[in-house]
Amino acid sequence: MSTSATALNSGPKIAMRRQALVLSGLLSAASAMLIGSMLAIWLQFRANAPLRESSDGTKMLRDWLPENIKIPEVATNTMLLTIVITCIMVQWAVYASRRADSKHTTLALGVALLTQIAMINAQIAVYLQMDIGVRDSSYTTMFYAITATMTLLIVIGLGFTLVAMFRSVASRPSDHDLIVAHAVYWYSLTLIFAAMWFVVYVQK
Amino acid sequence: MTAIETNSTMIASTSSNDSGLSIFSAISEWLTTTSHQRIGRLMVSISLLWTLAVVAVGLLLGVERISSSSDLIDATSAPQLFSIFRVGLIFGSMAPLALGISMAIVSMQVGSQVIAFARGALFGTYLWCFGMIIVAVSYIGNGGPGGGDRQMVDLFLIGMGVVIAGLLIVSASIATTALTSRRAGLTLVDAPIYVWSSLVTSVSLILTLPVMAGALIYVAVDHTYERATFGATDGVNAWIGWALTSPQIFLFSIPTLGVLAQIVATMTRGKQPLRGGLLIGVGLTSTALIGAVTQSFYSIQLDSQLADFAKSLLPFLMFNALPILGVLIVIALCLLAMKNEKAKPSAPFVLAFFGVGMVLTGMIGNVLLRITDLKLSNTVFDEAVLVYVGYGIVLSSLGAIAHFGPRIWGRKMPTMPVIGLGLIGVLGVVLAALPYYIAGFTDQPAARITGELGNNSQIWNSIAAIGQAIFLAFLVAFIGLVIKSARSGEIADEEIFETVSANS
Repeated sequence: MSTSATALNSGPKIAMRRQALVLSGLLSAASAMLIGSMLAIWLQFRANAPLRESSDGTKMLRDWLPENIKIPEVATNTMLLTIVITCIMVQWAVYASRRADSKHTTLALGVALLTQIAMINAQIAVYLQMDIGVRDSSYTTMFYAITATMTLLIVIGLGFTLVAMFRSVASRPSDHDLIVAHAVYWYSLTLIFAAMWFVVYVQK
Repeated sequence: MTAIETNSTMIASTSSNDSGLSIFSAISEWLTTTSHQRIGRLMVSISLLWTLAVVAVGLLLGVERISSSSDLIDATSAPQLFSIFRVGLIFGSMAPLALGISMAIVSMQVGSQVIAFARGALFGTYLWCFGMIIVAVSYIGNGGPGGGDRQMVDLFLIGMGVVIAGLLIVSASIATTALTSRRAGLTLVDAPIYVWSSLVTSVSLILTLPVMAGALIYVAVDHTYERATFGATDGVNAWIGWALTSPQIFLFSIPTLGVLAQIVATMTRGKQPLRGGLLIGVGLTSTALIGAVTQSFYSIQLDSQLADFAKSLLPFLMFNALPILGVLIVIALCLLAMKNEKAKPSAPFVLAFFGVGMVLTGMIGNVLLRITDLKLSNTVFDEAVLVYVGYGIVLSSLGAIAHFGPRIWGRKMPTMPVIGLGLIGVLGVVLAALPYYIAGFTDQPAARITGELGNNSQIWNSIAAIGQAIFLAFLVAFIGLVIKSARSGEIADEEIFETVSANS
């Protein structure tokens, strides 16, 4: 008996159920765990930092953020606002895609792409304005590690936007799922960034 | 199991011969394949090579420990060898074996002809493979946790990052397949138990490996820029050590439950009482992930104040004992199903059953390890837990190969040699690990080959070395048997391709 004869015939073609959306959800979960674990370690280090007197001598502070480091809050707050705008743009893309409006989908994704580039630009501006070295202190080492990882996640999202935009230009009717998956990733990235922004840039 | 796939590999190989394709094009066909069976087999094959290497290292360490005056290994190399044994067993063997078999089988079981994001899965496999090569090179160059060469330690950290990325991509592909590619009418609750266990494993890894990656990034940046915030070279173990021991390693053992339940379902023709219980059992074992992501161990001290004892009892039981309950439920339900008079004995059952048994023994050992009064941490007891769980997973994976393999390559594996070799493998695991359980109580220190090793250490170390040798011989023989069966074994009859029941 030949082997190929014993194998059963192929089954019916499986209708894949929103693969991109599920993958995007898993990617979001992994990203959240990644930044979440880094924030947990950040908080642990901050909580264990020794106490020191404030410069005016009136209170005791955790010796965590070196006194000479000033966080450029305009740039960091702008980053948060920019990522919120990205969310609005990707939702616009979902809205347009549902109506098979390729032009507006592409336009929305194009604007989202610009806002994402602006975020990376703002992050570089933060680095330049702070003007600190990676090895200056524990704080700076961890600061660069966590913010660079966040930037890497944004770059991955930017790549996702590029793919979604190119496919939108080609106007495939099945691409609505991809646009939704793209939006899910950016929503979760916004939440993750907001958490990092609060801990690293606001609470410091 | 639901098998609806044409044996494409066999057909492909026949047509390949007809058209006289050269060996190079055959290799390139394998290396660029998008077939889930081929990608899975690629991953399993490479991980079996890793397993052989790791067991050989275990044997070397076992022999070296027989006599404290032995000089087989340079004393300065010993910590690196102990480390490569642990890292290699977890990330070179346990994780890829579990994921590789899932990759080959899950889409078949859910009735799909393809795996979701097949190119991604292939890319993930390559990432894992190259990452492990980088890790191996770093160890050879005195890198690895506690290594003496700074640049090689950096290389080790990069290699581990690449390994994690690869495993994450493969896990995402498997989870997406189980969630989205099921045939019409097959709900997740009705999916075969092996699919369920693969889904739980992959999601658990997606949630825990990034936590390890986060710590790894901090340690890598700190180490590269010569800061001592994370303890420099010695800090590597301190920050990622939790991922190289229990409960994280229990996550890789979840598919062993799926394999056992699946084999029993085939033996009993899908007559599985209380199937919901099986799902709960698998789910309970995955609670290990909660312990893993918190990056800490939950111990208990028996002679502490009642209030302290009560406070630590709940997390201790939750993080250490719940996975045991899950395994016990699965074993009990499988044995209950075997009472069915229609149950037909199967050779892979031996490997799968004892594989789960070894994992269970490792889990029980972990409970003892976390009782601080027993003072077992930093003794060889911890190594024995790893050996029981790791080698148990290897045994179970070989059982899965014996069970699912004929469905892929269309040729049977002989029953008696599989049973015989399986029993030899079980003997090897018990001899390799049990003496270290006993030696742990005599305070034999972990990861040490010289100096005072404790009472009767020579006896326990000799038996453990014999166990490692037996397990190595078993592995070589079993891999040989698999290759022989796949090439020239008896052609499988139609029975193995039968659609048993989606409920199995």
